Amino acid sequence: MIRIEPRETQSRTFTLGVPILSAVIALALAAIPLLAAGANPIVAYAEMFRGVFGSVFAFSEVLTRATPLIFTGLAAALAFRAKLWNIGAEGQLYLGAMAAVAIGSGVLDVPGILLLPMIVILGAAAGAAGMVAPTYLKTRFGADEVVTTLLLNFIILIFVQMMLEGPLQDPMSLGWPQSAPVLDQGMLPPLMERLRVHSGLILALILAGLAQFMLARSVWGFRLRAVGENAAAARHAGINVKRSLFGVAILSGGLAGLAGVSEVAGLKGYLTADLSPGFGYTGIVVAMLAGLSPAGVVIAALFIASVFVGADSMSRAMGVSSFLADLVVSMSLLCVLVGGFVARYRIVRSSTARAAS
Amino acid sequence: MTDSIVLKLNGLSKRFGSVVANDDVSLTLNRGEVLALLGENGAGKTTLMNMLFGHYLPDAGTIEVADETGVLQPLPLGQPQVALGAGVGMVHQHFTLAENISALDNITLGSEPLFALRRNRREARKKIEAIIAQSGLNAPLDTPVGRLSVGERQRVEILKALYRRARILVLDEPTAVLTPQEADTLFENIRMMTNEGLSVIFISHKLREVLAFSDRIAVLRHGHLVGEMATSEADETSIARMMVGAETPELASTRIAPGSPVLTLSGVSVSGRSKRDTLSAVDLTVHAHEILGIAGVSGNGQSGLANVISGLAQAEQGLIRVNEVEIDAPTPAAMVRAGVGRIPEDRHHEGIVGAMSVAENMVIEYLDDPGVQSRGLLRHEAIQSNAERLAKAYDVRGPGVDAPARLLSGGNIQKLILARVFDRAPRLILANQPTRGLDMGAAAEVGRRLLEARERGAGVVLISEDLDEILGLADRIVVIRDGELHEAPGRDREQIGLMMAGEPA
Repeated sequence: MIRIEPRETQSRTFTLGVPILSAVIALALAAIPLLAAGANPIVAYAEMFRGVFGSVFAFSEVLTRATPLIFTGLAAALAFRAKLWNIGAEGQLYLGAMAAVAIGSGVLDVPGILLLPMIVILGAAAGAAGMVAPTYLKTRFGADEVVTTLLLNFIILIFVQMMLEGPLQDPMSLGWPQSAPVLDQGMLPPLMERLRVHSGLILALILAGLAQFMLARSVWGFRLRAVGENAAAARHAGINVKRSLFGVAILSGGLAGLAGVSEVAGLKGYLTADLSPGFGYTGIVVAMLAGLSPAGVVIAALFIASVFVGADSMSRAMGVSSFLADLVVSMSLLCVLVGGFVARYRIVRSSTARAAS
Repeated sequence: MTDSIVLKLNGLSKRFGSVVANDDVSLTLNRGEVLALLGENGAGKTTLMNMLFGHYLPDAGTIEVADETGVLQPLPLGQPQVALGAGVGMVHQHFTLAENISALDNITLGSEPLFALRRNRREARKKIEAIIAQSGLNAPLDTPVGRLSVGERQRVEILKALYRRARILVLDEPTAVLTPQEADTLFENIRMMTNEGLSVIFISHKLREVLAFSDRIAVLRHGHLVGEMATSEADETSIARMMVGAETPELASTRIAPGSPVLTLSGVSVSGRSKRDTLSAVDLTVHAHEILGIAGVSGNGQSGLANVISGLAQAEQGLIRVNEVEIDAPTPAAMVRAGVGRIPEDRHHEGIVGAMSVAENMVIEYLDDPGVQSRGLLRHEAIQSNAERLAKAYDVRGPGVDAPARLLSGGNIQKLILARVFDRAPRLILANQPTRGLDMGAAAEVGRRLLEARERGAGVVLISEDLDEILGLADRIVVIRDGELHEAPGRDREQIGLMMAGEPA
């Protein structure tokens, strides 16, 4: 008889090694379709590496791409730590982006110096608002937040399209479904001359550090971990489980909203309905790769951004499809999930049934 | 009825860690006989039946089951499939039916080959209808099981066992979920089946039905077979005495004059989801310097009472006062603040967060305390030194205070909880099944701490299904039955046993 038992101890090498090994295995597996596409995988990966580390510009592109992923990765990681399965970061990102252009394009008459803080705060608030209804439905009626948050993504995206063809449409856009641009005072300042990387990255890094610190060292983090690990014991110990869930829901939504703010006010300058190529969903992969640790989110976001940016330049140089990047990202997630299982459980072979007491 | 033996258990023993669940138990069962297996909770009835059914592997002993020709054959141990094949069927207290498919499919499920080309439903239906005609176990075969009543579901379970040609049927507390009328029908059906040659073992707490329907009675106590008699020679008093033992243990310490009330429940009602967490208009007073024992058969409202005192359940009616102060909105946090120390029944599930460290689990109830946090940040060093001190004082052994609490053994988890509760010197202590599953040493430690708290002036509510534990510790005993409390007039275990079993005192 073969049984699966939880491991009594998890070694540190395992917890650190599993994500790294998964990334390597994913790259190795992706060599198969590369071969099928007629490319030499070694040359292709060398191109990919050059596309990431080959120049300051290349690496700045990775940082630019990693910025929204850190925000959405943190959004997923914090919520998942409390076992609140927020799959709605994509929608919350658009809510934040919408708030950013609504305020930033001069609808509100705000003194210039206050415009950027207002955009950041209200953008986060808009994202947070997107989590209120699903969390209420979960705590009040037991509605599965996986379903509600996921479906809200589509509703919000359609709402964005409607707004872009209506009230938010730029009168100067010649009919394109595109918002008016954010005023210059409302833009997140760039970090380097002539490069796209912007100060949204600094905000993301600060928030990741803060989240890491609060999770480990604050009473709030203690409650969050207790609720996530064992809600029944947390409740028995006098922790207000609903309040903890609402707290983390609002933070998670807010972080996802900031991803939208950072894309609009840091990079694009205006809102279109294709602002995000699935940053909200990729954030889930980032969080899982990171083992739900905020500091790990930064590393995982950089890895995934490198894969995307590197695959772009590889596809240009080699003439293979850049969808390969999606393949590597999805396979690393699968490898991490399998690896995480191996790290947590062990498979035991035994000849007789042991008492299950 | 013939007297040929269909089942022999020879010297079965089973221990879990240091807890002896069964010690050298030998039993026989005759063809066409109804054997009642009696005993308090934890006496080892279910363990014994699980060994028969192959769920547990005995440490010692053998089982023999008669084959179709009536010759006893040794049964290979620890293999449920083999036990099934040998004609042993078991109906658990909690049914194992798939609710979304029909009764017919539930009955045939698992006894068909996995890769059969087509299912011979007509044949199966004919066979089941024949069994129904023989046994009188009526159940609508085409209705999804989810829409059947509890009694009907139980009949489907029994039909399932009979369909697999069970010649020995084990029923684990079959009437616990039935109305008296349904129970009567069940026993009529059982009688019809035993007339056809089926042998039945049924596990029960209810003395009256045991006396009315069984042929023979076997009593287990603390894992030993303490008595066996023909039902015709038994009466309630003799069985009750056998179940709970003859001698009353000495009270572990001398009585102290009780002080002011620390807990008062007046007219408290809770309508829970089931009988186990329902209370109806309960009055209860616990004083300082007093251990109040709540005795009762499991599932009679103990959870409801524990939930009210620990703040997990809101009373729909009635008043709760702790230290003579009314608690308006009872929550776990409010109860902790009011000075209630709570030892939960399920220490793994409610007592600790297994993934968090021992040190963190020791402060989890006191996160607002200035010794634990300042301005929202955890005082890491204070938490650490607190944990080191408590681990030493309460002898919590394990891989250290930074290790996840789930790595501790059951006894050490309980010590962790004791440390968390007793270190704050609570005025009222709720101890719900505090020694269940613990070895002797850890159980004795729990008792010592409870007596120490009483000495200090705390009031203790001790909920236990182990009457010995209650008699050994409690100053006053209240019996809980059907969500109602009845004060026991004395410490007479026979009388308490009768009250627990639902007989008028």
